[in-house]
Amino acid sequence: MEFLTVHDAIARHVKDGDQLALEGFTHLVPYAAGHEIIRQGRRNLTLIRMTPDLIYDQMIGMGMARKLIFSWCGNPGVGSLHRLREAVERGSLEIVEYSHGAMAQAYEAGAAGMPCAFFRGYRGSDLPAVNPDIRFIRCPFTGEEITCIPALRPDVTIIHAQRADREGNVLIEGIVGVQKEAVLAARRAVATVEEIVEDFGPRSTNAVILPHWTLSAVAVAPRGAHPSYAHGYYARDNRYYIAWDAVSRDRETFRAWMRKNVLEAGQ
Amino acid sequence: MTSIPMWGGPPGPRPTPPSGPFYTSAEMMTVAAARALGNDDICFVGIGLPSAACNLARLTHAPRINLVYESGTLATRPDVLPLSIGDGELCETALTTVAVPEMFRYWLQGGRITVGFLGGAQVDRFGNLNSTVIGGYGSPKVRLPGSGGAAEVGMGCGQVFIIMRHSPRSFVPQLDFLTTLGHGRTGIERRQLGIRTKGPTLLVTDLCIMRPDPQTNEMVVASLHPGITREQVREKTGWDVRFADVVAETAPPSAEELEVLRSLHARTARAHGTAGGSES
Repeated sequence: MEFLTVHDAIARHVKDGDQLALEGFTHLVPYAAGHEIIRQGRRNLTLIRMTPDLIYDQMIGMGMARKLIFSWCGNPGVGSLHRLREAVERGSLEIVEYSHGAMAQAYEAGAAGMPCAFFRGYRGSDLPAVNPDIRFIRCPFTGEEITCIPALRPDVTIIHAQRADREGNVLIEGIVGVQKEAVLAARRAVATVEEIVEDFGPRSTNAVILPHWTLSAVAVAPRGAHPSYAHGYYARDNRYYIAWDAVSRDRETFRAWMRKNVLEAGQ
Repeated sequence: MTSIPMWGGPPGPRPTPPSGPFYTSAEMMTVAAARALGNDDICFVGIGLPSAACNLARLTHAPRINLVYESGTLATRPDVLPLSIGDGELCETALTTVAVPEMFRYWLQGGRITVGFLGGAQVDRFGNLNSTVIGGYGSPKVRLPGSGGAAEVGMGCGQVFIIMRHSPRSFVPQLDFLTTLGHGRTGIERRQLGIRTKGPTLLVTDLCIMRPDPQTNEMVVASLHPGITREQVREKTGWDVRFADVVAETAPPSAEELEVLRSLHARTARAHGTAGGSES
Protein backbone atom coordinates (compact mmCIF):
# COMPACT_ATOMS: atom_id res chain seq x y z
CA MET A 1 0.00 0.00 0.00
CA GLU A 2 1.16 3.49 -0.73
CA PHE A 3 -0.50 6.84 -0.20
CA LEU A 4 -1.01 8.58 -3.52
CA THR A 5 -3.05 11.45 -4.91
CA VAL A 6 -6.24 10.42 -6.70
CA HIS A 7 -4.57 11.39 -9.96
CA ASP A 8 -1.52 9.22 -9.36
CA ALA A 9 -3.51 6.29 -7.98
CA ILE A 10 -5.60 6.17 -11.17
CA ALA A 11 -2.60 6.77 -13.43
CA ARG A 12 -0.70 3.91 -11.84
CA HIS A 13 -3.44 1.33 -11.32
CA VAL A 14 -6.10 1.74 -14.03
CA LYS A 15 -5.07 0.71 -17.54
CA ASP A 16 -6.83 0.73 -20.90
CA GLY A 17 -8.71 -2.55 -21.39
CA ASP A 18 -8.91 -3.34 -17.67
CA GLN A 19 -11.76 -5.14 -16.00
CA LEU A 20 -12.64 -2.39 -13.56
CA ALA A 21 -15.02 -2.55 -10.59
CA LEU A 22 -16.14 0.64 -8.83
CA GLU A 23 -18.23 -0.61 -5.93
CA GLY A 24 -20.41 0.95 -3.24
CA PHE A 25 -24.07 -0.05 -2.98
CA THR A 26 -25.76 3.36 -3.44
CA HIS A 27 -23.65 4.45 -0.46
CA LEU A 28 -19.95 5.41 -0.88
CA VAL A 29 -19.97 5.29 -4.69
CA PRO A 30 -16.42 6.34 -5.68
CA TYR A 31 -17.27 9.35 -7.85
CA ALA A 32 -14.01 11.26 -7.42
CA ALA A 33 -12.04 8.25 -8.67
CA GLY A 34 -14.49 7.67 -11.52
CA HIS A 35 -14.24 11.28 -12.62
CA GLU A 36 -10.45 11.07 -12.56
CA ILE A 37 -10.61 7.97 -14.78
CA ILE A 38 -12.78 9.98 -17.19
CA ARG A 39 -10.30 12.88 -17.16
CA GLN A 40 -7.43 10.51 -17.87
CA GLY A 41 -9.38 9.14 -20.84
CA ARG A 42 -9.16 5.39 -20.24
CA ARG A 43 -10.61 3.31 -23.05
CA ASN A 44 -11.91 -0.14 -23.82
CA LEU A 45 -12.85 -0.89 -20.23
CA THR A 46 -14.97 -3.73 -18.96
CA LEU A 47 -17.01 -2.07 -16.24
CA ILE A 48 -18.23 -4.21 -13.36
CA ARG A 49 -20.76 -2.93 -10.85
CA MET A 50 -23.96 -4.31 -9.32
CA THR A 51 -25.78 -1.00 -9.82
CA PRO A 52 -24.02 1.02 -12.54
CA ASP A 53 -25.40 4.26 -11.02
CA LEU A 54 -24.71 7.67 -12.54
CA ILE A 55 -20.95 7.15 -12.47
CA TYR A 56 -21.10 4.38 -15.09
CA ASP A 57 -23.75 6.28 -17.06
CA GLN A 58 -21.13 9.05 -17.27
CA MET A 59 -18.28 6.71 -18.20
CA ILE A 60 -20.36 4.86 -20.79
CA GLY A 61 -21.63 8.16 -22.22
CA MET A 62 -18.01 9.28 -22.59
CA GLY A 63 -17.28 6.18 -24.68
CA MET A 64 -14.88 4.53 -22.26
CA ALA A 65 -16.50 1.11 -21.95
CA ARG A 66 -16.84 -1.80 -24.33
CA LYS A 67 -18.57 -4.13 -21.89
CA LEU A 68 -20.69 -3.92 -18.74
CA ILE A 69 -21.23 -6.60 -16.11
CA PHE A 70 -24.13 -5.61 -13.84
CA SER A 71 -27.31 -6.63 -12.03
CA TRP A 72 -29.51 -3.49 -11.95
CA CYS A 73 -29.08 -0.56 -14.32
CA GLY A 74 -31.35 2.29 -13.24
CA ASN A 75 -31.18 5.73 -11.66
CA PRO A 76 -32.45 4.73 -8.20
CA GLY A 77 -35.94 6.08 -7.53
CA VAL A 78 -35.76 8.28 -10.66
CA GLY A 79 -35.82 6.13 -13.80
CA SER A 80 -33.46 5.15 -16.57
CA LEU A 81 -29.74 5.69 -17.00
CA HIS A 82 -30.12 7.29 -20.41
CA ARG A 83 -26.55 7.07 -21.71
CA LEU A 84 -26.31 3.43 -20.73
CA ARG A 85 -29.75 2.70 -22.09
CA GLU A 86 -28.97 4.34 -25.42
CA ALA A 87 -25.73 2.37 -25.73
CA VAL A 88 -27.57 -0.90 -25.05
CA GLU A 89 -30.46 -0.07 -27.37
CA ARG A 90 -27.99 0.88 -30.13
CA GLY A 91 -26.01 -2.29 -29.52
CA SER A 92 -22.72 -0.44 -28.91
CA LEU A 93 -22.16 -1.88 -25.42
CA GLU A 94 -21.77 -5.58 -24.71
CA ILE A 95 -23.65 -6.57 -21.55
CA VAL A 96 -23.36 -9.48 -19.15
CA GLU A 97 -26.34 -9.46 -16.86
CA TYR A 98 -26.94 -11.05 -13.47
CA SER A 99 -29.21 -10.52 -10.48
CA HIS A 100 -27.98 -8.93 -7.24
CA GLY A 101 -27.59 -12.06 -5.14
CA ALA A 102 -25.70 -13.81 -7.92
CA MET A 103 -23.33 -10.94 -8.52
CA ALA A 104 -22.66 -10.38 -4.81
CA GLN A 105 -21.78 -14.04 -4.51
CA ALA A 106 -19.55 -13.90 -7.61
CA TYR A 107 -17.46 -11.25 -5.81
CA GLU A 108 -17.48 -13.39 -2.69
CA ALA A 109 -16.24 -16.36 -4.71
CA GLY A 110 -13.48 -14.16 -6.15
CA ALA A 111 -12.49 -13.06 -2.66
CA ALA A 112 -12.47 -16.68 -1.49
CA GLY A 113 -10.25 -17.78 -4.36
CA MET A 114 -12.97 -20.03 -5.77
CA PRO A 115 -13.56 -20.47 -9.51
CA CYS A 116 -17.32 -20.03 -9.23
CA ALA A 117 -20.24 -19.14 -7.00
CA PHE A 118 -23.20 -21.45 -6.48
CA PHE A 119 -26.65 -20.71 -5.14
CA ARG A 120 -30.34 -21.22 -5.76
CA GLY A 121 -31.53 -18.93 -8.50
CA TYR A 122 -32.69 -18.22 -12.02
CA ARG A 123 -34.78 -21.37 -12.32
CA GLY A 124 -37.69 -20.70 -14.64
CA SER A 125 -36.22 -17.29 -15.53
CA ASP A 126 -35.15 -16.20 -19.04
CA LEU A 127 -31.80 -14.86 -17.77
CA PRO A 128 -29.86 -18.12 -18.32
CA ALA A 129 -30.97 -18.06 -21.97
CA VAL A 130 -29.23 -14.70 -22.55
CA ASN A 131 -26.22 -15.21 -20.29
CA PRO A 132 -24.29 -18.40 -21.13
CA ASP A 133 -22.24 -17.96 -17.94
CA ILE A 134 -25.29 -18.93 -15.87
CA ARG A 135 -25.09 -22.71 -15.62
CA PHE A 136 -26.44 -25.47 -13.45
CA ILE A 137 -24.64 -28.19 -11.52
CA ARG A 138 -25.89 -31.01 -9.36
CA CYS A 139 -25.13 -31.17 -5.65
CA PRO A 140 -23.08 -34.36 -5.10
CA PHE A 141 -24.73 -34.91 -1.72
CA THR A 142 -28.42 -34.19 -2.29
CA GLY A 143 -28.80 -34.27 -6.06
CA GLU A 144 -30.36 -30.81 -6.03
CA GLU A 145 -29.80 -28.73 -9.15
CA ILE A 146 -27.85 -25.63 -8.17
CA THR A 147 -27.07 -22.48 -10.13
CA CYS A 148 -23.46 -21.64 -10.85
CA ILE A 149 -21.69 -18.58 -12.26
CA PRO A 150 -18.00 -17.71 -12.62
CA ALA A 151 -16.23 -15.80 -9.86
CA LEU A 152 -15.56 -12.11 -10.46
CA ARG A 153 -11.84 -11.26 -10.44
CA PRO A 154 -11.51 -7.60 -11.47
CA ASP A 155 -8.11 -6.34 -12.59
CA VAL A 156 -8.73 -3.42 -10.29
CA THR A 157 -11.41 -2.55 -7.73
CA ILE A 158 -11.91 1.00 -6.50
CA ILE A 159 -13.93 1.90 -3.43
CA HIS A 160 -14.55 5.02 -1.38
CA ALA A 161 -14.54 4.86 2.43
CA GLN A 162 -14.81 7.14 5.43
CA ARG A 163 -11.31 6.97 6.90
CA ALA A 164 -7.84 5.54 6.61
CA ASP A 165 -5.34 5.52 9.45
CA ARG A 166 -1.63 6.34 9.13
CA GLU A 167 -0.82 2.76 8.13
CA GLY A 168 -3.38 2.82 5.32
CA ASN A 169 -5.95 0.55 6.97
CA VAL A 170 -9.39 1.58 5.71
CA LEU A 171 -12.60 1.75 7.77
CA ILE A 172 -16.05 1.44 6.14
CA GLU A 173 -19.25 2.25 8.06
CA GLY A 174 -22.95 2.22 7.22
CA ILE A 175 -24.24 0.30 4.24
CA VAL A 176 -21.13 -1.73 3.44
CA GLY A 177 -22.47 -3.36 0.27
CA VAL A 178 -19.94 -5.60 -1.48
CA GLN A 179 -16.86 -3.40 -1.07
CA LYS A 180 -14.88 -5.82 1.09
CA GLU A 181 -15.59 -8.71 -1.28
CA ALA A 182 -14.84 -6.61 -4.38
CA VAL A 183 -11.49 -5.46 -2.95
CA LEU A 184 -10.44 -8.95 -1.88
CA ALA A 185 -11.49 -10.38 -5.26
CA ALA A 186 -9.37 -7.92 -7.23
CA ARG A 187 -5.77 -8.14 -8.43
CA ARG A 188 -5.23 -4.47 -7.50
CA ALA A 189 -7.35 -2.26 -5.26
CA VAL A 190 -7.54 1.45 -4.59
CA ALA A 191 -9.45 3.15 -1.78
CA THR A 192 -10.26 6.83 -1.74
CA VAL A 193 -11.16 8.17 1.71
CA GLU A 194 -12.76 11.23 3.23
CA GLU A 195 -9.79 11.73 5.55
CA ILE A 196 -6.70 10.18 7.05
CA VAL A 197 -6.66 10.02 10.83
CA GLU A 198 -3.94 9.19 13.35
CA ASP A 199 -6.04 6.44 14.84
CA PHE A 200 -9.58 5.14 14.25
CA GLY A 201 -10.41 5.69 17.92
CA PRO A 202 -13.39 4.01 19.62
CA ARG A 203 -15.19 1.66 17.29
CA SER A 204 -17.07 -1.62 17.31
CA THR A 205 -14.79 -4.63 17.63
CA ASN A 206 -16.53 -5.92 14.52
CA ALA A 207 -16.05 -2.82 12.38
CA VAL A 208 -15.48 -3.42 8.68
CA ILE A 209 -11.79 -2.65 8.15
CA LEU A 210 -9.71 -3.47 5.10
CA PRO A 211 -6.12 -3.98 6.32
CA HIS A 212 -3.49 -1.99 4.44
CA TRP A 213 -1.99 -5.11 2.87
CA THR A 214 -5.23 -5.72 0.91
CA LEU A 215 -4.88 -2.38 -0.89
CA SER A 216 -2.52 -1.11 -3.58
CA ALA A 217 -3.11 2.57 -2.88
CA VAL A 218 -5.05 4.92 -0.62
CA ALA A 219 -5.89 8.46 -1.73
CA VAL A 220 -7.61 11.30 0.10
CA ALA A 221 -10.71 12.59 -1.69
CA PRO A 222 -12.94 14.75 0.53
CA ARG A 223 -16.58 14.48 -0.62
CA GLY A 224 -15.25 11.81 -2.96
CA ALA A 225 -18.57 9.97 -3.02
CA HIS A 226 -20.74 12.97 -3.93
CA PRO A 227 -23.53 12.84 -5.20
CA SER A 228 -23.65 9.49 -3.41
CA TYR A 229 -23.00 9.85 0.30
CA ALA A 230 -20.61 9.03 3.09
CA HIS A 231 -22.35 7.93 6.27
CA GLY A 232 -21.37 10.28 9.09
CA TYR A 233 -19.98 12.92 6.68
CA TYR A 234 -22.61 14.07 4.20
CA ALA A 235 -26.00 12.96 2.89
CA ARG A 236 -26.93 11.61 -0.52
CA ASP A 237 -27.56 14.47 -2.93
CA ASN A 238 -30.93 13.21 -4.14
CA ARG A 239 -31.53 16.42 -6.08
CA TYR A 240 -28.45 15.68 -8.22
CA TYR A 241 -29.81 12.21 -8.99
CA ILE A 242 -33.19 13.69 -9.94
CA ALA A 243 -31.59 16.43 -12.06
CA TRP A 244 -29.39 13.88 -13.86
CA ASP A 245 -32.45 12.57 -15.68
CA ALA A 246 -32.74 15.74 -17.79
CA VAL A 247 -28.96 16.16 -18.23
CA SER A 248 -28.45 12.66 -19.56
CA ARG A 249 -31.44 12.42 -21.91
CA ASP A 250 -29.78 14.46 -24.64
CA ARG A 251 -26.28 13.60 -25.83
CA GLU A 252 -25.20 17.20 -26.41
CA THR A 253 -26.51 18.42 -23.07
CA PHE A 254 -24.68 15.51 -21.49
CA ARG A 255 -21.40 16.29 -23.26
CA ALA A 256 -21.54 19.96 -22.29
CA TRP A 257 -22.33 19.04 -18.69
CA MET A 258 -19.44 16.60 -18.53
CA ARG A 259 -17.03 19.13 -20.02
CA LYS A 260 -17.96 21.78 -17.46
CA ASN A 261 -18.41 19.60 -14.38
CA VAL A 262 -15.88 16.80 -14.86
CA LEU A 263 -13.30 17.38 -17.60
CA GLU A 264 -12.59 21.01 -16.73
CA ALA A 265 -13.27 20.62 -13.00
CA GLY A 266 -9.90 18.98 -12.38
CA GLN A 267 -8.76 17.16 -9.30
CA MET B 1 -48.38 8.59 -13.66
CA THR B 2 -51.84 10.03 -13.25
CA SER B 3 -54.25 8.81 -10.66
CA ILE B 4 -57.89 8.17 -11.35
CA PRO B 5 -60.08 10.23 -8.99
CA MET B 6 -62.24 7.63 -7.30
CA TRP B 7 -65.16 9.61 -6.02
CA GLY B 8 -65.85 12.77 -7.94
CA GLY B 9 -62.64 14.73 -7.70
CA PRO B 10 -61.97 18.36 -8.40
CA PRO B 11 -63.00 20.38 -10.31
CA GLY B 12 -66.76 20.36 -10.80
CA PRO B 13 -69.62 18.62 -9.06
CA ARG B 14 -69.17 15.05 -7.94
CA PRO B 15 -71.32 12.53 -9.80
CA THR B 16 -72.02 10.49 -6.69
CA PRO B 17 -71.97 11.99 -3.22
CA PRO B 18 -69.04 10.53 -1.30
CA SER B 19 -69.76 8.75 1.93
CA GLY B 20 -66.16 9.06 3.14
CA PRO B 21 -63.00 11.03 2.47
CA PHE B 22 -61.84 11.71 -1.09
CA TYR B 23 -58.92 9.60 -2.26
CA THR B 24 -57.12 8.64 -5.47
CA SER B 25 -56.86 5.22 -7.09
CA ALA B 26 -53.15 5.22 -6.30
CA GLU B 27 -53.90 5.77 -2.61
CA MET B 28 -56.46 2.95 -2.69
CA MET B 29 -53.84 0.65 -4.20
CA THR B 30 -51.22 1.46 -1.58
CA VAL B 31 -53.68 1.11 1.28
CA ALA B 32 -54.98 -2.24 -0.03
CA ALA B 33 -51.42 -3.52 -0.32
CA ALA B 34 -50.48 -2.31 3.17
CA ARG B 35 -53.43 -4.16 4.70
CA ALA B 36 -52.05 -7.48 3.44
CA LEU B 37 -49.05 -7.17 5.78
CA GLY B 38 -49.06 -8.05 9.48
CA ASN B 39 -46.97 -7.65 12.61
CA ASP B 40 -45.42 -11.11 12.18
CA ASP B 41 -44.12 -10.44 8.70
CA ILE B 42 -40.48 -10.10 7.82
CA CYS B 43 -40.80 -8.29 4.55
CA PHE B 44 -38.25 -7.81 1.78
CA VAL B 45 -39.15 -4.42 0.35
CA GLY B 46 -38.72 -3.19 -3.21
CA ILE B 47 -38.32 0.53 -3.85
CA GLY B 48 -41.25 2.72 -5.01
CA LEU B 49 -44.81 1.45 -4.58
CA PRO B 50 -43.84 -1.55 -2.39
CA SER B 51 -41.85 0.70 -0.06
CA ALA B 52 -44.80 3.08 0.40
CA ALA B 53 -47.17 0.19 1.15
CA CYS B 54 -44.81 -1.53 3.59
CA ASN B 55 -44.12 1.64 5.54
CA LEU B 56 -47.80 2.53 5.62
CA ALA B 57 -48.45 -0.88 7.20
CA ARG B 58 -45.71 -0.22 9.76
CA LEU B 59 -47.12 3.23 10.60
CA THR B 60 -50.71 1.98 10.97
CA HIS B 61 -51.82 -1.56 11.87
CA ALA B 62 -48.47 -3.41 11.87
CA PRO B 63 -46.03 -1.43 14.03
CA ARG B 64 -43.91 -4.53 14.78
CA ILE B 65 -43.40 -5.59 11.14
CA ASN B 66 -39.76 -6.10 10.18
CA LEU B 67 -38.81 -4.36 6.95
CA VAL B 68 -35.71 -5.51 5.12
CA TYR B 69 -34.11 -3.74 2.15
CA GLU B 70 -31.60 -5.43 -0.14
CA SER B 71 -28.89 -2.93 0.76
CA GLY B 72 -28.49 -4.97 3.95
CA THR B 73 -30.67 -3.07 6.41
CA LEU B 74 -32.61 -5.36 8.77
CA ALA B 75 -35.71 -4.18 10.68
CA THR B 76 -35.47 -0.62 9.46
CA ARG B 77 -37.92 2.15 10.40
CA PRO B 78 -37.40 5.05 7.99
CA ASP B 79 -39.17 8.33 8.76
CA VAL B 80 -39.30 9.20 5.05
CA LEU B 81 -39.47 6.88 2.05
CA PRO B 82 -36.01 6.24 0.61
CA LEU B 83 -35.32 7.46 -2.93
CA SER B 84 -32.79 4.68 -3.43
CA ILE B 85 -32.58 1.23 -1.93
CA GLY B 86 -29.49 2.33 0.00
CA ASP B 87 -30.42 5.74 1.44
CA GLY B 88 -28.70 6.60 4.71
CA GLU B 89 -32.10 6.83 6.40
CA LEU B 90 -32.52 3.05 6.04
CA CYS B 91 -29.22 2.30 7.75
CA GLU B 92 -29.61 4.89 10.50
CA THR B 93 -33.00 3.53 11.56
CA ALA B 94 -32.17 -0.20 11.15
CA LEU B 95 -31.64 -2.75 13.91
CA THR B 96 -28.44 -3.73 12.12
CA THR B 97 -26.92 -3.55 8.65
CA VAL B 98 -25.28 -6.54 7.01
CA ALA B 99 -23.19 -6.85 3.85
CA VAL B 100 -25.05 -7.49 0.60
CA PRO B 101 -23.74 -11.06 0.06
CA GLU B 102 -24.92 -11.94 3.58
CA MET B 103 -28.32 -10.37 2.88
CA PHE B 104 -28.88 -12.56 -0.14
CA ARG B 105 -27.30 -15.74 1.21
CA TYR B 106 -28.31 -16.02 4.86
CA TRP B 107 -31.45 -13.93 5.00
CA LEU B 108 -33.14 -14.38 1.64
CA GLN B 109 -31.86 -17.73 0.36
CA GLY B 110 -31.71 -19.02 3.93
CA GLY B 111 -35.49 -18.68 4.20
CA ARG B 112 -35.69 -15.96 6.86
CA ILE B 113 -38.04 -13.65 4.93
CA THR B 114 -41.79 -14.30 5.03
CA VAL B 115 -42.89 -12.04 2.21
CA GLY B 116 -41.26 -10.22 -0.70
CA PHE B 117 -42.99 -7.15 -2.09
CA LEU B 118 -42.30 -6.45 -5.77
CA GLY B 119 -43.38 -4.35 -8.72
CA GLY B 120 -42.43 -4.71 -12.36
CA ALA B 121 -42.95 -3.38 -15.86
CA GLN B 122 -45.00 -6.37 -17.03
CA VAL B 123 -46.92 -9.12 -15.25
CA ASP B 124 -48.70 -12.09 -16.80
CA ARG B 125 -51.70 -14.09 -15.59
CA PHE B 126 -49.48 -16.41 -13.53
CA GLY B 127 -47.70 -13.62 -11.67
CA ASN B 128 -44.43 -13.87 -13.62
CA LEU B 129 -42.66 -10.51 -13.83
CA ASN B 130 -40.60 -8.70 -16.44
CA SER B 131 -38.31 -5.90 -15.31
CA THR B 132 -35.60 -6.49 -17.93
CA VAL B 133 -36.62 -5.46 -21.42
CA ILE B 134 -39.51 -4.49 -23.72
CA GLY B 135 -38.95 -6.00 -27.15
CA GLY B 136 -36.22 -8.53 -27.89
CA TYR B 137 -33.28 -8.91 -25.49
CA GLY B 138 -30.74 -8.40 -28.29
CA SER B 139 -32.73 -5.61 -29.96
CA PRO B 140 -34.59 -3.87 -27.15
CA LYS B 141 -37.34 -1.33 -27.69
CA VAL B 142 -36.91 -0.23 -24.10
CA ARG B 143 -34.09 -1.40 -21.93
CA LEU B 144 -35.36 -1.61 -18.30
CA PRO B 145 -33.16 -1.81 -15.17
CA GLY B 146 -33.15 -5.61 -14.94
CA SER B 147 -33.54 -7.99 -12.03
CA GLY B 148 -31.70 -6.33 -9.20
CA GLY B 149 -32.72 -8.63 -6.36
CA ALA B 150 -36.13 -9.48 -7.82
CA ALA B 151 -35.25 -12.86 -9.33
CA GLU B 152 -33.94 -14.02 -5.96
CA VAL B 153 -36.81 -12.45 -4.02
CA GLY B 154 -39.25 -14.45 -6.16
CA MET B 155 -37.37 -17.62 -5.27
CA GLY B 156 -36.37 -17.09 -1.63
CA CYS B 157 -39.26 -15.37 0.16
CA GLY B 158 -42.03 -17.45 1.72
CA GLN B 159 -44.51 -15.73 -0.57
CA VAL B 160 -44.55 -12.77 -2.93
CA PHE B 161 -46.95 -9.83 -3.09
CA ILE B 162 -47.00 -7.77 -6.29
CA ILE B 163 -48.18 -4.18 -6.59
CA MET B 164 -48.65 -2.63 -10.05
CA ARG B 165 -50.85 -0.12 -11.81
CA HIS B 166 -53.38 -1.77 -14.06
CA SER B 167 -52.89 -1.17 -17.79
CA PRO B 168 -53.02 -3.34 -20.92
CA ARG B 169 -49.35 -2.54 -21.57
CA SER B 170 -48.33 -3.94 -18.19
CA PHE B 171 -50.86 -6.77 -17.76
CA VAL B 172 -49.84 -8.76 -20.79
CA PRO B 173 -50.75 -12.19 -22.21
CA GLN B 174 -47.07 -12.91 -22.95
CA LEU B 175 -44.07 -11.36 -21.17
CA ASP B 176 -41.31 -10.02 -23.42
CA PHE B 177 -38.85 -11.44 -20.89
CA LEU B 178 -39.34 -13.50 -17.75
CA THR B 179 -37.13 -11.92 -15.09
CA THR B 180 -38.76 -13.16 -11.90
CA LEU B 181 -40.49 -16.52 -11.76
CA GLY B 182 -44.06 -16.46 -10.50
CA HIS B 183 -45.95 -19.67 -11.12
CA GLY B 184 -44.31 -20.11 -14.54
CA ARG B 185 -45.55 -19.59 -18.08
CA THR B 186 -48.20 -22.32 -17.79
CA GLY B 187 -48.82 -21.85 -14.07
CA ILE B 188 -47.24 -25.14 -13.04
CA GLU B 189 -43.49 -24.73 -13.68
CA ARG B 190 -42.83 -23.48 -10.20
CA ARG B 191 -44.42 -26.58 -8.72
CA GLN B 192 -42.69 -28.84 -11.26
CA LEU B 193 -39.28 -27.38 -10.44
CA GLY B 194 -39.87 -28.34 -6.82
CA ILE B 195 -39.46 -24.79 -5.54
CA ARG B 196 -40.72 -24.87 -1.99
CA THR B 197 -41.69 -21.22 -1.54
CA LYS B 198 -45.21 -20.19 -2.57
CA GLY B 199 -44.49 -17.51 -5.17
CA PRO B 200 -47.09 -14.79 -5.90
CA THR B 201 -50.13 -15.03 -3.62
CA LEU B 202 -51.40 -11.47 -4.08
CA LEU B 203 -51.50 -8.90 -6.87
CA VAL B 204 -52.78 -5.46 -5.85
CA THR B 205 -53.59 -2.88 -8.51
CA ASP B 206 -55.28 0.50 -8.64
CA LEU B 207 -58.50 -1.28 -9.67
CA CYS B 208 -58.64 -4.54 -7.76
CA ILE B 209 -57.03 -7.29 -5.72
CA MET B 210 -56.12 -10.54 -7.48
CA ARG B 211 -55.19 -13.91 -5.99
CA PRO B 212 -54.07 -17.16 -7.61
CA ASP B 213 -56.70 -19.79 -8.37
CA PRO B 214 -55.87 -22.73 -6.06
CA GLN B 215 -55.92 -25.22 -8.96
CA THR B 216 -54.43 -23.32 -11.91
CA ASN B 217 -52.47 -20.52 -10.17
CA GLU B 218 -54.03 -18.01 -12.56
CA MET B 219 -54.45 -14.60 -10.94
CA VAL B 220 -58.20 -13.97 -10.63
CA VAL B 221 -60.00 -10.90 -9.34
CA ALA B 222 -60.92 -11.44 -5.69
CA SER B 223 -61.97 -7.90 -4.79
CA LEU B 224 -62.88 -4.76 -6.72
CA HIS B 225 -62.02 -1.36 -5.30
CA PRO B 226 -65.07 0.84 -4.59
CA GLY B 227 -66.67 2.22 -7.75
CA ILE B 228 -64.65 -0.02 -10.10
CA THR B 229 -66.58 -2.22 -12.54
CA ARG B 230 -65.65 -5.60 -14.01
CA GLU B 231 -65.68 -3.94 -17.42
CA GLN B 232 -62.98 -1.46 -16.35
CA VAL B 233 -60.77 -4.32 -15.18
CA ARG B 234 -61.34 -6.23 -18.46
CA GLU B 235 -60.41 -3.14 -20.50
CA LYS B 236 -57.15 -2.69 -18.65
CA THR B 237 -56.06 -6.33 -18.59
CA GLY B 238 -54.25 -7.73 -21.63
CA TRP B 239 -55.57 -11.26 -21.13
CA ASP B 240 -59.10 -12.60 -20.75
CA VAL B 241 -59.27 -11.83 -17.05
CA ARG B 242 -61.29 -14.10 -14.77
CA PHE B 243 -63.22 -13.24 -11.63
CA ALA B 244 -63.60 -15.32 -8.48
CA ASP B 245 -66.98 -16.92 -7.81
CA VAL B 246 -67.56 -14.35 -5.12
CA VAL B 247 -65.96 -10.95 -5.77
CA ALA B 248 -65.73 -8.73 -2.71
CA GLU B 249 -65.59 -4.94 -2.59
CA THR B 250 -62.38 -3.55 -1.13
CA ALA B 251 -63.03 -1.37 1.91
CA PRO B 252 -62.20 2.26 1.05
CA PRO B 253 -59.21 3.85 2.78
CA SER B 254 -59.98 5.03 6.28
CA ALA B 255 -59.34 8.61 7.33
CA GLU B 256 -56.36 7.38 9.39
CA GLU B 257 -54.82 5.41 6.53
CA LEU B 258 -55.09 8.43 4.24
CA GLU B 259 -53.69 10.82 6.76
CA VAL B 260 -50.67 8.65 7.57
CA LEU B 261 -49.97 7.95 3.88
CA ARG B 262 -50.25 11.60 2.89
CA SER B 263 -48.04 12.85 5.67
CA LEU B 264 -45.48 10.13 4.79
CA HIS B 265 -45.46 11.39 1.19
CA ALA B 266 -45.27 15.02 2.29
CA ARG B 267 -42.27 14.30 4.56
CA THR B 268 -40.64 12.35 1.74
CA ALA B 269 -41.17 15.14 -0.79
CA ARG B 270 -39.67 17.69 1.60
CA ALA B 271 -36.65 15.46 2.19
CA HIS B 272 -35.95 14.74 -1.49
CA GLY B 273 -36.99 18.07 -3.00
CA THR B 274 -39.61 16.47 -5.25
CA ALA B 275 -43.22 17.40 -5.91
CA GLY B 276 -44.36 14.21 -4.15
CA GLY B 277 -47.73 12.57 -4.04
CA SER B 278 -47.60 11.16 -7.57
CA GLU B 279 -46.31 7.81 -6.39
CA SER B 280 -48.69 6.56 -3.77
